[in-house]
Amino acid sequence: MTKRINRWSILTTLIALLLTVPLWVLVSFVFEPTNDNWAHLSDTLLPEYIINSLWLMLGVTIGTLLLGIPTAWLISQYHFWGRSILHWALLLPMAMPAYIIAYTYTGLLEFEGPVQSALRTVFETHTVNLWFPEIRSLGGAIVMFSLVLYPYVYLLARTSFANQSQSVMHASRTLGAGPYKTFFKVALPIARPAIIAGLTLALMETLADFGTVQHFGVPTFTTGIYRTWTGFGDTTTTAQLSILLLVFVTVLMAIEFWSRKKAQYFTGHNQPLNKTLPTLTGHQNLLAFFVCLLPILFGFVVPALQLLDWSINVASTQLNSEFFALVWNSFSLAFITALITITIALLLLYVKRAQQHAFIDNTVRVAGLGYAIPGVVIAVAVMIPFAWLDNTVDSWARTHLDISTGLLLSGTLFALVFAYCFRFLSVALQSVGSGLSQIKPSMDESAKTLGANNWTLLKRIHIPLLSSSLITAFILVFVEVLKELPTTLILRPFNFNTLSVRAYEMAADERLADAGLPALLIVITGLIPVIILSKLIGKRHA
Amino acid sequence: MKINLKTVGAFLLMGAISFPVYADLEEVNVYSARKEQLIKPLLTDFTKITGIKVNLITSKADALLKRLESEGINSPADILITTDAGRLHRAKEAGVLQVSLTDKMKERVPEHLRDADGYWVGLTTRSRMIVYAKDRVKPSELSTYEALTDSKWKKRICIRSSNNIYNQSLVASMIAHKGKEATEEWVEGLVENMARKPKGGDRDQIKAVAAGQCDIAVVNTYYLGQMLNSNDPKQVKAAQQVAVFWPNQSDRGAHINVSGIAVTKAAKNKKNAVKLIEYLLSNDAQTWYAKTNNEYPVIAGAPWSDTLKNWGTFHSDALNLTQLGNLNSEAIRIMDRAGWR
Repeated sequence: MTKRINRWSILTTLIALLLTVPLWVLVSFVFEPTNDNWAHLSDTLLPEYIINSLWLMLGVTIGTLLLGIPTAWLISQYHFWGRSILHWALLLPMAMPAYIIAYTYTGLLEFEGPVQSALRTVFETHTVNLWFPEIRSLGGAIVMFSLVLYPYVYLLARTSFANQSQSVMHASRTLGAGPYKTFFKVALPIARPAIIAGLTLALMETLADFGTVQHFGVPTFTTGIYRTWTGFGDTTTTAQLSILLLVFVTVLMAIEFWSRKKAQYFTGHNQPLNKTLPTLTGHQNLLAFFVCLLPILFGFVVPALQLLDWSINVASTQLNSEFFALVWNSFSLAFITALITITIALLLLYVKRAQQHAFIDNTVRVAGLGYAIPGVVIAVAVMIPFAWLDNTVDSWARTHLDISTGLLLSGTLFALVFAYCFRFLSVALQSVGSGLSQIKPSMDESAKTLGANNWTLLKRIHIPLLSSSLITAFILVFVEVLKELPTTLILRPFNFNTLSVRAYEMAADERLADAGLPALLIVITGLIPVIILSKLIGKRHA
Repeated sequence: MKINLKTVGAFLLMGAISFPVYADLEEVNVYSARKEQLIKPLLTDFTKITGIKVNLITSKADALLKRLESEGINSPADILITTDAGRLHRAKEAGVLQVSLTDKMKERVPEHLRDADGYWVGLTTRSRMIVYAKDRVKPSELSTYEALTDSKWKKRICIRSSNNIYNQSLVASMIAHKGKEATEEWVEGLVENMARKPKGGDRDQIKAVAAGQCDIAVVNTYYLGQMLNSNDPKQVKAAQQVAVFWPNQSDRGAHINVSGIAVTKAAKNKKNAVKLIEYLLSNDAQTWYAKTNNEYPVIAGAPWSDTLKNWGTFHSDALNLTQLGNLNSEAIRIMDRAGWR
């Protein structure tokens, strides 16, 4: 038995180690002496960067929780008007890249935009005096991130609420607790790991963003990372700043972990789920409908209409066979990456669960840090070891075999998918992990008593019970890859283009009208799995 | 969990042997910081004329440079294209370029628009000029970049973030001409006069002038050109409300930058790479840039677009563009200290 355990632990550690090579590349820069760019940064901009990042995190926390939790609760607990559509439509904003939604709202709400122009016409004033909230501001950035990132909280919380044993709720209600008390005292604490997992993803993505905060003129810590790289061409300080960001994220996660202490979050699955949800009526029905409609309206419908408006003029000239190649490239990359990432996440989490060993726990935690690193930094940290490996193999082959192997892995799709896996493993780990945490360890023990080995346990018990979490993880990683930009832009092979690269190249050239169509197609391509897979989850919990 | 080492070895070897050897084919591999839409049509034409296949990756200049550096002698890239001289200079310093300029190229392109040692050559130029609101500003009120710090412009100037390379280059050129101290004072004065915190791109600054949020803006020529020729009537209308002013005409001239091209040190298709550069410096290709994106040709005699003709000729700063690369870090530090966000 002991030997078996060790073999699995070694395999897991090896996989985690290989996958986190980019992280170790970054860490290796920490030991290099700091240069005077540090002094310059801390004397001038670093304090502002940090303060902006903290405000942004606080705002996005409030925003995503306010949008994500009530919607998840309503959808998972009640029948009301439009629920069958709303339950998947609430995921739609997720397919909207943050910098794209930022562009659309800038277009709509800026001084020269249709909204303010209309207001000026109504109030018959041409002056600048008419007060209107400035969209390109810290507050605007918080709203933008909340609108596209709340689906993480919604999706993970919804899965958790739906999986919570109805008997717990019943017990609570029988003991005299009203629906509000049941929600705050029972459902919310049980769903806490899932909600925190969703929030963690939202915050990590917020911290790693550059495009949105850059457009809104809100310099954050990541702005500093970019500036150090592109402005000073200083890889060392860039890597050191990235590690600092990671340390910060790790400390936050550790605080959250300790604050949970040893609380266990398992609920039974052995009771049949209550098939009939209570139906809301009257003003409650209407209220639930609007609470769920609002985030969709502002996170998806309004920006999508703006994109449609931009693309309608250019669609006839742009929509050709080359465009379908873009769709196919984006779709297949996202699909393959989602499958691989989930497989790795499943393996890591499963071994972690079987071993219950602090070292493995920490290994898995480290493997999930990629999401908080800005995409550009990951791309460079992947590029360096791959090129080193290729060049080492090449010079060995030249000396010993008298042939040149050239670059075997650099500049291939393999390197790109590898980078995605590192960056998005955290997404898969969080969603699969929060599902796994709701399966009682006693199930493992009973199955093992009955002679099941680890594989059988995984195949026969965990995967069926985990299926909705796995589907959730698939949707999340798929959509993430679809809209991912910097890594794709930097690591892609020759003549390989994706929708997000096209959208970016147009937007960066300030040709928003031309960016509309590829952006719209990202959203539409992202819709396909969201709708299909949500129906699958829906069937399970209908 | 048996891993057959022989199988893995055979697989790796197969991969190694079947890997395409770039030099055997008539092709050229391009790393371009120019966006696809502003380079691919020309590359397609080049293939049509010469039969040489062009493989393209577009990305950010710093990423391409890092890629060239880490790939070393095995890099598949033959060509590096960037949209500013500073990055080309950085690539030259990093040792990833090689001398490639032919006498013919040197003859066609003025000296200040190419590398003195023959490592890179400009493809197009653009100026960072001043635009002003036609109804609120008289051109006689404007004169030089330096004069933008005058107190009469308080809260009247729009300019984008200091993250932008063109602003960094503008400040770098100021350091080259006026020295660090004077430049720091200038940047401080400019920040004083900004109408709002820097946000958005160059087009946004032009729109803000049109909308009355500020009275003048500092932008690149081609953005105004694109707006004037846009399909979107709102953009055209905004662009028509502003006019062009060429600063520093009585002294050093308006600040310019280039998009440029170089052959990499690792190039395995150098002959084809040189052919491609020659093509991009041909009359046809130069005119394409002028007509499609309103950038100025680097060769004399290539026809301009109507928009460029309307703006007229101007006296441009003949500063050696290599300087912009050398002074880039210093420029950023000055902007950081002065609070240009």
